[in-house]
Amino acid sequence: MSLSLDVTHRLGSFLLDGRFVSEGRLTAFFGRSGAGKTSLVNIIAGIVRPQRGRIVLDGRPLVDTEQGIFVPRYRRRVGYVFQEGRLFPHLTVRQNLLFGRWFTPKAERQIGLDQVLDLLGIGHLLDRRPGALSGGEKQRVAIGRALLTSPRLLLLDEPLASLDDTRKDDILPFIELLRDQAEVPIVYVSHSLAEVARLATTVVMIEDGRIVAVGAPTDVLGRRELIASHGTAETGALIEAVVAEHDHSFGLTALRSTAGSLLAPRLDLPIGTPVRLRIRARDVMIATTRPDGLSALNVLPGRVVALDEADESLVEVGLDCDGVRLAARLTRKSVDALGLQLGREVYAVIKSVALDRDALGRAPGFAADATAHYGRH
Amino acid sequence: MNDLLNLSPEEWTAVRLSIRVATVAMLASVPIGIVVAYLLARVRFPGKAILNGIVLLPLILPPVVTGYLLLLAFGRRGFAGAFLAEHFGIVFSFRWTGAALACGVMGFPLLVRSIRLSIEAVDRRLEEAAGTLGANPLWVFLFVTLPLILPGIIAGMILCFAKAMGEFGATITFVSNIPGETQTLPSAIYTFTQIPGGEMGAMRLTLVSIAISMAALIVSELMARRVGQRLWFE
Repeated sequence: MSLSLDVTHRLGSFLLDGRFVSEGRLTAFFGRSGAGKTSLVNIIAGIVRPQRGRIVLDGRPLVDTEQGIFVPRYRRRVGYVFQEGRLFPHLTVRQNLLFGRWFTPKAERQIGLDQVLDLLGIGHLLDRRPGALSGGEKQRVAIGRALLTSPRLLLLDEPLASLDDTRKDDILPFIELLRDQAEVPIVYVSHSLAEVARLATTVVMIEDGRIVAVGAPTDVLGRRELIASHGTAETGALIEAVVAEHDHSFGLTALRSTAGSLLAPRLDLPIGTPVRLRIRARDVMIATTRPDGLSALNVLPGRVVALDEADESLVEVGLDCDGVRLAARLTRKSVDALGLQLGREVYAVIKSVALDRDALGRAPGFAADATAHYGRH
Repeated sequence: MNDLLNLSPEEWTAVRLSIRVATVAMLASVPIGIVVAYLLARVRFPGKAILNGIVLLPLILPPVVTGYLLLLAFGRRGFAGAFLAEHFGIVFSFRWTGAALACGVMGFPLLVRSIRLSIEAVDRRLEEAAGTLGANPLWVFLFVTLPLILPGIIAGMILCFAKAMGEFGATITFVSNIPGETQTLPSAIYTFTQIPGGEMGAMRLTLVSIAISMAALIVSELMARRVGQRLWFE
């Protein structure tokens, strides 16, 4: 799939002005609340008509203000899962799910009700009404309803925002499954770094109505200047790894990455599964010699490649661990005491408990070919 | 006591006629009422304030004035009356159809107001959602908007029916008080009060009026509750 967008739209005093091209399977719109992410998605869905611009999905223009093209929302075949679900209160779950299917030409129906029920685990809800569903159930029905129109693009606008943490953990695997198996490109809106790090194949970073960065999550999310301005002070690195082995006696899982081996709390994924983990800068310590008698299980050798003063007391140290970029947040005092300089060989120390569920997710591209690829090594 | 319950054939005629007039007035008003309410609630167009005024006018004008205006427009020599009689064979003056027209016009503001309020209460984001699912504006209206405003439509219909049952001034001015043709319940009661010894007849028809009004209220409550349950409550 390819989605290219170039629009300008003024809403009162707020100017939305952005341009990007994405070929990714899950393009994340990442930015603070009020940055204009939802407005951008509304423009793609055809709910808002941009004052100027052009949007092309797989070679087909949806909007082109210069040529006077504006495809109405009901002809775009763009599925939209709204933040608040927006299920029809007067219809049952079954009628909600099948609503859009009704308007989808028979030849273009690519996914059946049974498949969607299986995928989302909502078969037991069919005869209920939206009023009797929990927040997580509503979101799954909303996703199913959009999927059943066999959309050419699926927009998910903060689908987890209204859910508590346990519910989020219920839904995230479904979204990973969608990304990897449903063959529908996804645009995923979120202000949560953890969600974006876990799910995205392409990140579009939005700030005050402007697109400030587009690229692979390992690049964009590792850039301190971008994340720091995001305000959550959650800078860190994103690492791709594979499940290497499970240690059942201690309940741990060993992950293999180019930077070295890492131990994480047990993951229920088969050996060979690619995963992605986010290591926050504040969870990384630095030692100048290989540490001994330390509880932290993960020690990666590396080299100092950057020293950024985050503020008067903190320094963010950039490390290169065999081509993998890591970040560590230290006090200026420690940097001074260790005598850290650019090019110095050091060891990064990461506690395994820092690699918890929030930081870990199945990497995109889990399919037969990915397993085979790692099998050859 | 027996005198209170035994209606004469003429009185039965008035009761049946009233019900027929009110039912026709209500049913004919609903489609137009939905269109007008939708226009007023959702569409911006020049002259909207004027349309709103025209719809509400019968509520404020003395009913006699409304009846007289109807006579001017829809009487045999009125511009609309002559046109309709000539081309469609529809005659209003001094017919029960004229009574239905007068009752419909008087009940119309109540109907439109009720439907308009319920359209304004519809969550438009649901309509947007239906649009992204492939429904064009007509399907969105039929499958989303219409079911959501059904309680408002029913409430408006009951109000319109009740108003039509009680309409007197405009009806008697427009189509007079002809037994069996245009003499509805209120006109018949009025006639009884004008003749010596008519008290008992007036009382009988008053009781019938109260019974019909009560029945309409109860039916509307039941329907609103059932629709409400189907739509929102679990």
